[in-house]
Amino acid sequence: MSQNNGNSTSLRLKTGLAEMLKGGVIMDVTNAEQAVIAEKAGAVAVMALERVPAQIRAEGGVARMASPKKIREIMAAVSIPVMAKCRIGHFAEAQILQELGVDYIDESEVLTPADEAHHVDKHAFTVPFVCGARNLGEALRRIAEGACMIRTKGEAGTGDVVHAVKHIRQIVQEMKILTVLSEQELYAKAKEHQAPYELVKMVAKEGKLPVPNFSAGGIATPADASLVMQLGAEAVFVGSGIFMKDSTTFADPKEAEKRAKAIVQAATHYQDPKVLLEVSEDLAGAMKGLAVSALDEAHMLQTRGW
Amino acid sequence: MVREIWNVSSEVRAKCSPLNAMTIGVLALQGDFDAHRKRLEELGATVVLVKKPEQLDQIDGLVIPGGESSTFLKLLGQAGFEKLKEFVRVKPTFGTCAGAILLANEVENPKQTGLGVLDIRIRRNAYGRQVDSSIREGKLNGSPIEMVFIRAPKIEHVGPGVEVLATEGEDPVAVRQGKVMAATFHPELSADTRVHRAFLDLIRST
Repeated sequence: MSQNNGNSTSLRLKTGLAEMLKGGVIMDVTNAEQAVIAEKAGAVAVMALERVPAQIRAEGGVARMASPKKIREIMAAVSIPVMAKCRIGHFAEAQILQELGVDYIDESEVLTPADEAHHVDKHAFTVPFVCGARNLGEALRRIAEGACMIRTKGEAGTGDVVHAVKHIRQIVQEMKILTVLSEQELYAKAKEHQAPYELVKMVAKEGKLPVPNFSAGGIATPADASLVMQLGAEAVFVGSGIFMKDSTTFADPKEAEKRAKAIVQAATHYQDPKVLLEVSEDLAGAMKGLAVSALDEAHMLQTRGW
Repeated sequence: MVREIWNVSSEVRAKCSPLNAMTIGVLALQGDFDAHRKRLEELGATVVLVKKPEQLDQIDGLVIPGGESSTFLKLLGQAGFEKLKEFVRVKPTFGTCAGAILLANEVENPKQTGLGVLDIRIRRNAYGRQVDSSIREGKLNGSPIEMVFIRAPKIEHVGPGVEVLATEGEDPVAVRQGKVMAATFHPELSADTRVHRAFLDLIRST
C-alpha cells in the first residue's frame, strides 16, 4: 500500500486487475445468496446491485448506488472481486464505495445520472473504474478521465444483445481505421472523435485500446457471450440474463446456476461451437427480454453519459 | 524426409535445439494468459494457448497465469484437473498468483483444492482487496526486482524441499520445488524478463 504513489503505478495496478478478469464473466447480483451461486458457477467477479437493470427498467424511479450494507454482505460472502456501480458524475458515491473497499467501480448509465456534464475524475481514486462506451471517442474520453476498463453500453436489462454488438463493432472498426492513417490525419480524427490526440495516436499504433475492452448490455445466452467475444470483447458482463426470469421475477436458483455455468464455459470456449452447443443444450431457456427496437430513445439507458 | 523431421517427438526436439523448438503452453481458460504469451514469444519460445486437456500432450512446459483460481478450477472440470495434476508432476510448470494458488499443497481463505505439487501453504487475497494492491521492490536471487502484486496471495509456509527464489521484505514470493516454479506477483506485467528466463532455463535443464 505504501508504494502506491504516482499516476503510472496506479494505472498499472488498476489495468492489472482488469487483465486478471479477461476471458471471464462478471455477474450482476443483488444479494449474498446470488453472489455465492455466481462464484460457484465460475464468475471472475460480481457486480453488487440493489436491483438488476431489468428491474430498474420495469420499476422506474431514481436508481442509486446500492446500500453499503448490502454490498458489504456480498463482499463477505465471496472471495472473488466485488464491483459496485455509482451514478455518472456522482463522485461522492464513488468515494463511499472506495472507502467500503469494493474492487472496481462501474460509473454506470444503468443508474440515474447525477451530473449532466461531468463524469467522475477517476484519476483521483485508488480504486479502478470501468465505464461504458458506444464508440471509440466515448471510450477514449473515459480513459482520459482515468477509466481502466471499457465496456460496451448495450441496452441493459433487455436481454437483447443487438446494441452490445453495434458498439463493439463500432469501436473495433474505428480502431482499425486509425491504424492505416498517417500521423497528420490523426489530428483531424482526434477532433472528430472528440478525444485526446495522445490517446488517438496510441490506438493508431497498437490497434487496440490502452485498457481492456469488455462487453456488457443485453448478453443473455452462451451464444451471446461467444458472439461479442468473437467480435473482439475480452470478457463479458452479464446482468439480468442470469438471475431474472423476466423483468420483474427472479429465475429459479437452480436454473440461474445452470445459466451462469453455461455462460462461463462459453466465455472461455467462445471459438469452439462444439462446447457452445453442449452448454446451450442443457438450458431450459433464457430471460424473456425486451426487443431494443421497440424502445423509444427516451427509454434508452445507453444515451446517458457523453 | 521433411515429414520425418517434423515427426520427431517434442522431447527430442527440445533437447536438440535451444529455444526455437521449445513449445510452451499457457493455460488460457481465463486471466492474463496473453501477457504471458507475449513475454514468452519475446524470449523466443513457441507458445500454445491451452484450453483443452489433450493440448497438454503437445507442450514442453506450462505457465498457469494470473486470474481467479476458483474460476480456473470450475473451467478445468474433473477430467481437466486430473490430467493437469498428472502433467505438473512430470513437466516443468510455472504459476503466477492464481497459478501459484493452484499449484500449492494447502490453500487458505477459503480452503480450496489444488494440484498439490508444491509444498507450500498459501493464503488467498492476503494483502487485502484491490485498493491494497501494490508495486514493490523485492529481491530475486539477491538483486532488486520490481514486483506487481494484485489482490495477491501470500506464501505462509514453505516445506523443506522448496527453494525460495525471491523475497519481498521477509516474505517468500517466488519458490521452486523440482520442476515447479511459482510467484505470488506478476512478472508478466513488468518489463523485467528475468523470472520468465529462469523458467525457460528450468525447462532446458530438465
